[in-house]
Amino acid sequence: MIRPLLDWLDNRTGYRSLTKEALFENIPGGSRWRYVWGSTLTFGLAIQFITGVFLWMGYSASSQTAWESVYYIQHEMMGGWFLRGLHHWTAQIMTVLLVLHLMQVVIDGAYKAPREVNFWFGVILLQLVLALSLTGYLLPWDQKGYWATKVATNLMALVPIIGDDLQKIVIGGSDYGHHTITRFFALHAGILPAAVIGLVVGHIYLFRRHGITPAKPLRKKDEFFWPEQVLKDAIACLAVLATVMFLTIRFHGAHLSSPADPSEPFSAARPDWYFMFLFQLLKYFPGSWEILGAIILPGLVMLVIFLIPYIGKWELGHRFNIGMLVALLAGVGLLTYLAIAEDNRNPMYVAAVKQAVQDEKRVIELAKAPAGIPSSGAVTLLREDPKTQGPRLFVRNCASCHRYDGHDGMGVAVNDPQSASDLKNFGTRQWLAGLLDPAKVDSAHYFGGTRFKAGKMVQFVKRDVAGFTPEMRTQLYKVVLALSAEAKLGSQSALDAKDASLIEEGKKLVISAEMNCTECHSYREEKGGGTGPDLTGWASREWLVDFISNAKHARFYGKRNDRMPAFGADHILDQKQIGLIADWLRGNWHEPSASSSR
Amino acid sequence: MSEQPQCECPQRRDFLKEFSCVAVGASIGLVPVAAGVYSAMDPLRRKASGGEPVRVTTIEALPADGVPMKFAIIADKTDAWNKYPATPIGAIYLRKISEGKVMALSSVCPHAGCFVDYRKDAKDFFCPCHNSNFSSDGAIKSGVSPRAMDALDVEVRAGGEVWVKFQNFKAGHPQKLPVS
Repeated sequence: MIRPLLDWLDNRTGYRSLTKEALFENIPGGSRWRYVWGSTLTFGLAIQFITGVFLWMGYSASSQTAWESVYYIQHEMMGGWFLRGLHHWTAQIMTVLLVLHLMQVVIDGAYKAPREVNFWFGVILLQLVLALSLTGYLLPWDQKGYWATKVATNLMALVPIIGDDLQKIVIGGSDYGHHTITRFFALHAGILPAAVIGLVVGHIYLFRRHGITPAKPLRKKDEFFWPEQVLKDAIACLAVLATVMFLTIRFHGAHLSSPADPSEPFSAARPDWYFMFLFQLLKYFPGSWEILGAIILPGLVMLVIFLIPYIGKWELGHRFNIGMLVALLAGVGLLTYLAIAEDNRNPMYVAAVKQAVQDEKRVIELAKAPAGIPSSGAVTLLREDPKTQGPRLFVRNCASCHRYDGHDGMGVAVNDPQSASDLKNFGTRQWLAGLLDPAKVDSAHYFGGTRFKAGKMVQFVKRDVAGFTPEMRTQLYKVVLALSAEAKLGSQSALDAKDASLIEEGKKLVISAEMNCTECHSYREEKGGGTGPDLTGWASREWLVDFISNAKHARFYGKRNDRMPAFGADHILDQKQIGLIADWLRGNWHEPSASSSR
Repeated sequence: MSEQPQCECPQRRDFLKEFSCVAVGASIGLVPVAAGVYSAMDPLRRKASGGEPVRVTTIEALPADGVPMKFAIIADKTDAWNKYPATPIGAIYLRKISEGKVMALSSVCPHAGCFVDYRKDAKDFFCPCHNSNFSSDGAIKSGVSPRAMDALDVEVRAGGEVWVKFQNFKAGHPQKLPVS
């Protein structure tokens, strides 16, 4: 039944002779493990084609959707992390396999006549695979890929005469944008793979035409490709896949840093590890010498590699080739080591990596939040996130005088002496109780660094409050509850609801003669003396925004203001930025487990 | 291509080795394919959104003579990674039947899912794709549609607010089956 069908098929296609030719190739000296590299690379390419097409189904190439779709593949799509991990780690492993294959070919002298053309095919394939890695690195449109690829495309402009135009064509305009992604994607998923397929077909054809170059001396009798060598190849491929799967599971897919943001510096940007040597090399070519390190030197090295078949014809040529390749690899290794060592010694880089890790963790929290990713893209999630932007704005605008939990808001100690209050927990009962504590009020934490160090408030606390009777202390406690409730802090809402009656009592006490707050402060209907800030809505979002906008306003310090700039009135910050600082100080941001937290 | 073997190659097939080749080759090939196919099945575990009543208009806005009027359905929409608050997700026709009673019809043709137009002159619904023709209450007049236009659950709430349970139904079936 089956036999006649297969006969028919063979008659029409000639598959039997084709299979015979493919499988029963003679291997002089028998099968060997050193011949497996070509097959592992072909297998690697097959993985990339298969996983690449499936990733394509989930990828969306535009600057507002690329990161978002990769996020979706990595974090939402069923098994997406595994698929992406296979693609990513196979690419990494292939770089290693390429080097091993090249080494084996050169050491065995498989580049020699009549195999020159096939050697060149291989070298071009090496470059195409590296080009695939480079283009693929940008596609997630994350900070890492964005800034690292910018370096690569900027170097392109160094090419004499056509450099500028070449760069513009490749990035699809004068600057990075939608067309950079569409072009890189077309290169990555269309042009380069097509070129790779063509060359691989040619590479294998030529390999079969000339046969294998056996490693001398021949150890065994000749064998066929099938099944001895095929089995070795298959086991090697299995080892490759096992490594890829181990890395995929170990790192739960592949890394995705925060969305690309041209306005946000990213000192942690580095090319992938196999390009680190080029990155390091550029450090040695200052100014106009850059072209030497970026184009001329790598170009010369490639030229010499291309000439390997001719160099090999000289008496000592083969040894020279091996020596050169080893020296080249050692050089690459040394430069890579130097690059990594230098980075690890650089505190700025280490801090930038730490920040990058925080940002990518945060943006994924926000993308998973009920509000999701807006159509403007995930980049706005971080830009509009108080938890991310608050500390950054605080460092730049507030930390020269204020502190946040003793540091600059980003966890870095400040050398200059503190000359304004510490704003961690601002608005809470605990913060306010500290201000009304005679032992703390004139410390650097509150008024100690300001012109109010010996002001009326400090005097009141140190003189009057210090002499309070226990009963008055209880009243003061209620005042603290009432004023802190004005802040309407999310983190304190449960406490405020629980103490509602105490708060009501406190509100009355604020305007009472015993507590005497309204001698200086206004509070609700009660107009105070005007020397202290208005306590109506104290530390609420609206109060804080207005205060940061203009502390010199009569509602706050008026003419008595110390050094606090009018950030809004003087256009130092816009309303959105002031709102972000206010929200951050108030702990008003999204947390995965609750809607707000401090 | 390669020349005929000159060696004394083993003629006896080593079945264990051949079997191993096939087994290893098949399993390593299967991994990327399976990973891809599994991910591609992701939509199967996601349910269609919607089905919640949406406020569309007030009954006063509808013509008293029972002429159907087209309205956009505004609701929150999730499209893969994007979330759009209050965005148009579809359109319906509303028709006042009597005082306090409204009929809601999906604008999607039950035949193949084209957008059905209302023709004021002919006082009927007409699908521009395959010429299906429905009367103004959605019943089949002529053409190839397997069922009448899909009526949607509609409720007139206090203050004359018209709330509609917006849903899509499978095209091409004689029965009205919701898209899951």
